[in-house]
Amino acid sequence: MIPGAFEYHRPKSVADAVKLLSELGEDARPLAGGHSLIPMMKLRLATPEHLVDLGAIGELKGIRQDSGTIVIGAMTTQHALIVSDILATKLPILREAALVVADPQVRYVGTLGGNVANGDPGNDMPAVMMCLDAAYTVLGKQGERRISARQFYRGAYATALAAGEIVTEIRVPVPATGHGHAYEKLKRKVGDYATAAAAVVLTMSGGKVASCAIGLTNVAETPLLAEEAAKIVVGSSLDAATVKKAAAAAEAITSPASDSRGSAEYRTKMAGVMLSRALARAKSLAA
Amino acid sequence: MNEMTPTREERAERLEGLGCKRKRVEDIRFVQGKGSYVDDLRLPNMLYGDFTRSPHPHARIKKIDTTKAKAVPGVLAVLTAADLKPLNLHYMPTLAGDVAAVLAEDKVLYQNQEVAFVVAESQYAAADGAELVEVEYEPLTANVDPFKAMAPDAPLLREDLKDKTSGAHGPRKHHNHVFTWQMGDKDGTDAAFRKADVSIKEVISYQRVHPCPLETCQCVASFDKVRGELTVWGTFQAPHVIRTVASLISKIPEHKIHVIAPDIGGGFGNKVGAYPGYICAIVASIVTGLPVKWVEDRIENLSTTAFARDYHMTTEIAATRDGKVTGLRVYTIADHGAFDACADPSKWPAGFFNIVTGSYDFPVAHVTVDGVYSNKAPGGVAYRCSFRVTEAAYCIERAMDILAQKLGMDPADLRMKNFIKREQFPYTSALGWEYDSGDYHTAMKKAMDTVGYAKLREEQRTRQEAFKRGETRELMGIGVAFFTEIVGAGPSRNCDILGIAMFDSAEIRIHPTGSVIARLGTKSQGQGHETTYAQIIASELGLPAADVTVEEGNTDTAPYGLGTYGSRSTPVSGAATAMAARKIKAKAQMIAAHMLEVHEDDLEWDIDRFSVKGNPERFKTMKDLAWAAYNSVPPGLEPGLEAVSYYDPPNMTYPFGAYICVIDIDVDTGVSKVRRFYALDDCGTRINPMIIEGQIHGGLTEAFGIAMGQEIRYDEAGNVVTASLLDYFLPTAVETPKWETDWTTTPSPHHPIGAKGVGESPNVGGVPCFANAVNDAFKFLGSTHIPMPHDAWRTWVAAEKLGLHT
Amino acid sequence: MTVNGKAVERLVEPRLLLIHFLRDELNLTGPHVGCDTSHCGACTVDLDGRSVKSCTMFAVQAAGAEILTIEGMAAPDGALHALQEGFREMHGLQCGFCTPGMILRAYRLLKENPAPSEEEIRAGIAGNLCRCTGYQNIVKAIQYAAAKAAGTPFKEAAE
Repeated sequence: MIPGAFEYHRPKSVADAVKLLSELGEDARPLAGGHSLIPMMKLRLATPEHLVDLGAIGELKGIRQDSGTIVIGAMTTQHALIVSDILATKLPILREAALVVADPQVRYVGTLGGNVANGDPGNDMPAVMMCLDAAYTVLGKQGERRISARQFYRGAYATALAAGEIVTEIRVPVPATGHGHAYEKLKRKVGDYATAAAAVVLTMSGGKVASCAIGLTNVAETPLLAEEAAKIVVGSSLDAATVKKAAAAAEAITSPASDSRGSAEYRTKMAGVMLSRALARAKSLAA
Repeated sequence: MNEMTPTREERAERLEGLGCKRKRVEDIRFVQGKGSYVDDLRLPNMLYGDFTRSPHPHARIKKIDTTKAKAVPGVLAVLTAADLKPLNLHYMPTLAGDVAAVLAEDKVLYQNQEVAFVVAESQYAAADGAELVEVEYEPLTANVDPFKAMAPDAPLLREDLKDKTSGAHGPRKHHNHVFTWQMGDKDGTDAAFRKADVSIKEVISYQRVHPCPLETCQCVASFDKVRGELTVWGTFQAPHVIRTVASLISKIPEHKIHVIAPDIGGGFGNKVGAYPGYICAIVASIVTGLPVKWVEDRIENLSTTAFARDYHMTTEIAATRDGKVTGLRVYTIADHGAFDACADPSKWPAGFFNIVTGSYDFPVAHVTVDGVYSNKAPGGVAYRCSFRVTEAAYCIERAMDILAQKLGMDPADLRMKNFIKREQFPYTSALGWEYDSGDYHTAMKKAMDTVGYAKLREEQRTRQEAFKRGETRELMGIGVAFFTEIVGAGPSRNCDILGIAMFDSAEIRIHPTGSVIARLGTKSQGQGHETTYAQIIASELGLPAADVTVEEGNTDTAPYGLGTYGSRSTPVSGAATAMAARKIKAKAQMIAAHMLEVHEDDLEWDIDRFSVKGNPERFKTMKDLAWAAYNSVPPGLEPGLEAVSYYDPPNMTYPFGAYICVIDIDVDTGVSKVRRFYALDDCGTRINPMIIEGQIHGGLTEAFGIAMGQEIRYDEAGNVVTASLLDYFLPTAVETPKWETDWTTTPSPHHPIGAKGVGESPNVGGVPCFANAVNDAFKFLGSTHIPMPHDAWRTWVAAEKLGLHT
Repeated sequence: MTVNGKAVERLVEPRLLLIHFLRDELNLTGPHVGCDTSHCGACTVDLDGRSVKSCTMFAVQAAGAEILTIEGMAAPDGALHALQEGFREMHGLQCGFCTPGMILRAYRLLKENPAPSEEEIRAGIAGNLCRCTGYQNIVKAIQYAAAKAAGTPFKEAAE
């Protein structure tokens, strides 16, 4: 219940934050919303000696559109995603996914940056970002770079971030108007991580799927991009047989943990079921 | 000008007595954040204690090094078993006649067992110290499977009992055996089974769960070296029992121990017994002469304090071909964990499990319970269980459904056919209980009519056909449960805790200006006693409930009581309240007679006054009589107006209920959705309908959690894998169904106000209702018994086994 | 920071959790600790217009913030907030332990959505666990307060 001791830093700019993290080295962790890190610290599973609080850095907040890309500051909270008008019209799947992240209090404090950057396979946003083909702007002592979400996740709590780097913004290409979307999350109760979840963004044309991207949450050590499953549905009308094939293809790439949510076998099957339901719902929303 | 004379109705209403939906007195402080819970207490120079706990489920302790812990700034002391042994406090007696380790000496027997107690100037320093106690362990093979506990090669757990061939409850047949308890007519039952037309047999397991009140267990112990007196504030459902136990083990005389239970944030049986944290805090306070606070965190609470259930019941019912039950036989393996710390009345090692004949007229029955030790947390009796009544009700209600299925009968019809009839009460069951009163047929019929039972079965048949045709992937289940439970422990002839009979008490004193203070031996943890006892007094004495202060929990001022659990407050202290009030009323009548210059027999009681028969304008209100009691009592009487009653109940009470629910199951995910839940409860006289309804809502929500996902689960190596709220299923407002409550009223004939108690009924009846609904959904596909919990995963597995996913 | 309208300044250890700062430094024992994994919500306060679990924040993170706890809900003259009144009227509490956190969450919920449906209320309080009431009367309590704020009569839904 009681975390170990640490030193606290509260820089006012991104540049200062990066400088601090670089100087303090691997005993330092950035603090975003803290709703993944602080619970781990309270159980003493994480014992950083320094915390660099990003909460006072205004430039890390905000949602804007930059021609065909929505740019979201890393410190934007889940709540801010939910109440954003831009996202409601341009990127409705983000709002949908944010609404099933944790609970109201956690959403007021938890950030998109924290959710995508810490590599926890249970977080919802990574699979959604992979589905949307988003990119993360990352800043470290070597400067700024961009990493595609689809290249970002290496293993449980292992990402492409180098030591001392932080995600500063999330850049999402605006999906086509009239796209269909769904984030279908099976969970034991509100606030739980996914037993299995599927993110789908697709477009329809003449009753057939014109394009499709699929992300899967918490059914492997990393979020998964189900490319084969997406290929299978393109060109189809999402008839039962095709959906079944796509679900099987999705199941084939999963390797979930067995835990109190269910056995690995169950969770794999649920990835397939969530995908089927997400495809149906996305189709119903597509123009 | 004449004053407006209130009508009789207005006078009665003003009292807010029995039957009134009186708003709660305790709410005024709670909604303002002004409750006084144990952790709110701050005393000057107060220290904090925290435990170092074992990561191993079963291991020898080779060495404990407290050097680093002691070096943490702010840490004053680190206690281990070596420090407690000279005081003979390294073990404490349990309520079940066993002993439990306070701090592990040579071995640890369950994961997170207490090994060292760090005492420091702040909570944070104590936590730092607890991290730094270094313990060298030699891991041993653990067993967490109750069915393997008595195998010939099962690992020895209790070295302290190694050579003991008998325990508190009789002979021991194995080193992991605790007791064998049996009741009923074995030969008669065996004979009934031999000649039965039909019988069913099923292993019905009730998984280990935990009451998980929102406030964890905690205490502040403060030893005054100058006076030689110990004060302990704590989360105690039975504060007087804690005082007596503390005296027996510390040798401090009872009059020098002050135990105070302040506001408690939920109990549900988790806070009845004593825990190592209490003992260590007391010892630390005695040693340092300073107050010591101990507050456990949630993981500690879930993994080490009084768990519930873990009962594995091989259940058989014998019946005639047309559905009349002729015999019941149950063999239970009871997993008690590492120590038998069950909070049962001492003569009942398996609680009141022999209520397992339930609401049905079994001519003969026999039950055997074998208790076993395992590498799990100690305990067993908790969580709104009325001493194993939840286990018994789940057992019989599942078994009756399984029997109905075998006979091809509707489960409601089978029940109706076998209910004890109204005219059979008081009814002595085949397992020895005398049920006080009941009218089961009326309650069941009301429930079935209200939900439209016949139509629901029709709808179910339609949906089953649709499922078979592949038109739907949802299954509909209708759950029926009709429970009779046994509460109000209990009569001194068969109920005692550590030798103290289970009476309870009420002391009532009326002040000169007509207001009242009442003190009870029970202790509310949210049941609203400050509101409801006042209602009993209001109706008995004709003084407004608003003028009655109710106190509980301070053992110096409250008369001795056995505390609140097992729904015993209303049956026992509620009775004591009425009896004490009647003693006062008798004296008041004498005073009234004296003042009105009539004979006592010429007076009649009318709501709030004694009036002269035939001459009602001549009267004295209880308020008038209170004043008179302090200045003009009749010769021969003492001044004052008060009484105390210690009530030894003549019998237990037997609330009952009919619960019906409808569940829709998504076969492809295993997710269940509760469409409707109707609960009809009969708790006899209803003191405060608003509070009763709240109790039912809360108990049904706990039942929902248990049936649909809760378990304290251990992996094969003995690690407890569901010990935090991440995995221990506490439903939120989203998952929790809406509850419909209803009632019938069949008073208890032996209770002064006919009340039976109700707090635990919803957990008793709710769990089998949910479980029967889920099982009912799969029946038509050939399934007979799917065990709890009915979470999505396990329900999906059941569907998979039935081949529903191809 | 400002707590219940009063300016407050203290020197604290970085690791001091906000809940302990409120309870132990400021003696505001209304918010409670009910778990150790940020699930139960008994510690919920209102911080800069957000419902926050104060057990999952360090006091130092709240520097400069405006915080409201249960102790600040009643009016200065002692008149109870409509939510406090509603919880009593509708029997929305039993042991009282979840109540301060529940009321603070309901406070912000009603600011987000002054006329929530039952479903919206249940989703809105999904970060607050209760073991005693089964939530049904808590929903009614919040509906009572919403009606009072709107000046409409509150009708309990038929059971």
